[in-house]
Amino acid sequence: MMDKPWNNRAWFFVAPVLVFVLFSSLVPVMTVVNYSIQDSMGVNNFFWNGDAWFRALLDPSTEIGARFQDALIRTFLFSCSALAIEVPLGIAMALCLPRRGWAVGIALVVTALPMLIPWNVVGTMWQIFSRADIGLYGAALTGLGLHYNVTQESISAWTTIVVIDVWHWTPLVILLSYAGLRAIPDAFYQAARIDGASRWAVFRNIELPKLQKVLVIAVLLRFMQTFMIYTEPAVVTGGGPGSATTFLSIDLVKIAIGQVDLGSAAAMSLVYYLIILTVCWVFYTIMTQLDARGDR
Amino acid sequence: MRRGVIPNIVIVLYLLALMLPIYWLINLSLRTNTDIMSGLALWPHHPTLAKYRAIFDDPTWVHGFGVSLTYVAINTVISVTVALPAAYAFNRYRFIGDKHLFFWLLTNLMAPASVFAMPFFNLYYAVGLFDTVWAVALAHCLFNVPLAVWILEGFVGGVPREIDETAAIDGYSFPRFFVTLFLPLIANGIGVTAFFCFMFSWVEELLATTLTSSNALPFAAVMTRSYSASGMDWSLLAAAGVLTMIPGAIVIWFVRNHIAKGFALGRV
Repeated sequence: MMDKPWNNRAWFFVAPVLVFVLFSSLVPVMTVVNYSIQDSMGVNNFFWNGDAWFRALLDPSTEIGARFQDALIRTFLFSCSALAIEVPLGIAMALCLPRRGWAVGIALVVTALPMLIPWNVVGTMWQIFSRADIGLYGAALTGLGLHYNVTQESISAWTTIVVIDVWHWTPLVILLSYAGLRAIPDAFYQAARIDGASRWAVFRNIELPKLQKVLVIAVLLRFMQTFMIYTEPAVVTGGGPGSATTFLSIDLVKIAIGQVDLGSAAAMSLVYYLIILTVCWVFYTIMTQLDARGDR
Repeated sequence: MRRGVIPNIVIVLYLLALMLPIYWLINLSLRTNTDIMSGLALWPHHPTLAKYRAIFDDPTWVHGFGVSLTYVAINTVISVTVALPAAYAFNRYRFIGDKHLFFWLLTNLMAPASVFAMPFFNLYYAVGLFDTVWAVALAHCLFNVPLAVWILEGFVGGVPREIDETAAIDGYSFPRFFVTLFLPLIANGIGVTAFFCFMFSWVEELLATTLTSSNALPFAAVMTRSYSASGMDWSLLAAAGVLTMIPGAIVIWFVRNHIAKGFALGRV
């Protein structure tokens, strides 16, 4: 890693990327920053508002502050429950996937298919699937005697969103883990067999350590995506019933577009983005350290 | 490792469960609305392709499908093209601010679309690109360009540096080396990258819907509209949903042997 030559002309290679990404990121971010420190009296009439939006947002005793805090907690809980199911399930299924033979291609294609469906279609699909009258899932749960109703019961709505996310994104964890498992040389397994290691010992001492790096990436990506979840709850529950599934991004869109409260929405965007950046930075540091250890 | 029978049974059951909602959508798309509302049926007793025909006969739907494929294609081409030299630079050289730049690029991958939707609308409206396929294609560059750089950097790293040096000694100019020698070496990587760019642009809906209104209405947005238009035409929605899965299924079939490799780099 350290023997890469210094060459500042490499910037020319990076310049096109900078142009495209800056165009799409800098201007919108600056717009948001602008809104977050101004107040508006009608169209295009803005004045300086300092940090008032932020103070209101971060103070749970104000209305917007309480709302933000609730949405934040809800989103964290959602991310944690989705991760707690997806990561173990993904590893287990990756271990079960065939390693060679004709079945490999088919199994991989079928596994990856949910990820290639447009997100609003995933929402529509599950909206239909979880209805008690025309959907198999809803009908089956009702048939078991459960009080299941996505639009009326908060617990139903909440679990349905988790189930959708597990259905939609466990394949990502599976494919990542599967790729990690395939990278383990056969010699490791042969050595384990000679030592008479149990299946659990093989998993604990060979497979899990080798999966460490891909699992960090899987957790990072899944955390980010669940933390930003928008389309599925927007289509299936619309944030309801009440505010049971009003996650941060749903609330954000409600405030910005529903109530045209740009100042609050912008301040909220920035705080939200900062949280994501912080978590991203922590994971990135862990990842580069794992990389460095691997190189030694 | 020798495999028992149990893993095979588990994985088959899991894959069947995974396919169930998709099967249900196909099932509903082949039935009429009165048939759907009259009760559950595990398979269509009187299958009909009427809704698919209705979609293909309606210019709005067909146009929407074309629009979606167009911006996805433009975005994939742009993302891969600009990411190639950058991935090479990040892998082969050190330069001022390289690490910070790489991290900054990655943070864009994490940018929530809901945060950007409104400012994007203002931006593209101001530059006159609103309601064109270019608006969506450029907006999707926000996360697809960094993603492409990230994946490609891994593939570039798989090519030994000696090849670059040998080519230089043999008198290849850099552009000629890059295009005629280097690119073929990472062809698989380019394929995998293009696949992921396709995937993330195809599935994104919030930005695509925000940045278009009538001329460049993507398929997903046509679908959202048909929601409220005529009550709930479940069977039509189901048929449209099934159609959106086809391009993805085709593309993934082509890269199925490389997809594990793309993930192996842990880059996605």
